[in-house]
Amino acid sequence: MEYSNLQRQAASLKKSLFDQGYLDEQFCQIEYLQDEASPNFTEEVVSLFFENSTRLMTNIEQAMEKNPRDFSRWDVNMQQLKGSCSSIGASRMKNECTSFRNICGDENAEGCMRSFQNLKREHGVLRQKLESYFQVLRQAGPAVTAARPRGM
Amino acid sequence: MAVVASETPFHVLAVDDSLPDRKLIERLLKTSSFQVTTVDSGSKALQFLGIHDDDASTVSVHAHQLDVAVNLIITDYCMPGMTGYDLLKKIKESSSLRDIPVVIMSSENIPSRINRCLEEGADEFFLKPVQLSDMSKLKPHILKSRCREHYEQEQQHQQSDSNSNDCSSPTNMSSSSDSSRKRKAEDNEEILPQKNRPRHS
Repeated sequence: MEYSNLQRQAASLKKSLFDQGYLDEQFCQIEYLQDEASPNFTEEVVSLFFENSTRLMTNIEQAMEKNPRDFSRWDVNMQQLKGSCSSIGASRMKNECTSFRNICGDENAEGCMRSFQNLKREHGVLRQKLESYFQVLRQAGPAVTAARPRGM
Repeated sequence: MAVVASETPFHVLAVDDSLPDRKLIERLLKTSSFQVTTVDSGSKALQFLGIHDDDASTVSVHAHQLDVAVNLIITDYCMPGMTGYDLLKKIKESSSLRDIPVVIMSSENIPSRINRCLEEGADEFFLKPVQLSDMSKLKPHILKSRCREHYEQEQQHQQSDSNSNDCSSPTNMSSSSDSSRKRKAEDNEEILPQKNRPRHS
């Protein structure tokens, strides 16, 4: 009984991540690549994403401090972060990156600061939610992350 | 997905400075039955391919000096130092490597960028995030490159009055090809991937 509760919980967590726009279809693509040979693939990729995105965000933060109004530098850094977000299906973060780049294009430094704060918040929330999701998945056991049939 | 009747899988060299992206492309390729080597920069890619960065245009390394034949190179466009475009140029300048198909990946959909790569000889351009369905576009380029090689070898053999080779026998990449360096954009069936994907900015 507990086992299927955890399964339901995992499914529910995942559904809300999609419904609330935190994740998009790309995340499903990543989960699809997981199988018996690579049973923790999704979690590993997500973990690498957070390492990478944290580093990129630190770069952006430093650029905003040390290179005030260097919009093109800020944009280049944000482009990298956006690419990383799209690879993982981090939809809300990706949208905020786009928003930042548009504001950057308008050369609105204060707007960029605000956007960046939003981005940091989204980053933190996504990390928390995905950590919960993976925790429940691990508890629920292998059946939940079982390989999907490979249709060609 | 049908696998060509050869004993060893095709070997793809994947180049991307982003670690999560490298992990993803590796998995996509392995799932599609490719053997994969990943590197995090263009200069490491050139090192692996056996040519030196500074004299790529003058030094011709015979393919047999490569430990493992590389059948296709897939590279990210935006990388610090040597971009994917720079890497593409170096590959096309090398007499031993120019026939290896090159695919460029980018998260930015910029037509001028795409055209520039195709004009420089890239065989395909993938918009990131790369999908499993994109993997099926790789083998045709490898096979096309091989057939061209075999055809040219056959031509050379015919000229010297010996028997022609069987096209299906696999060989390593040869440096004796005289094929033209630049592939025309028209040779590519799909330049932009068709996806229902929201376009940003």
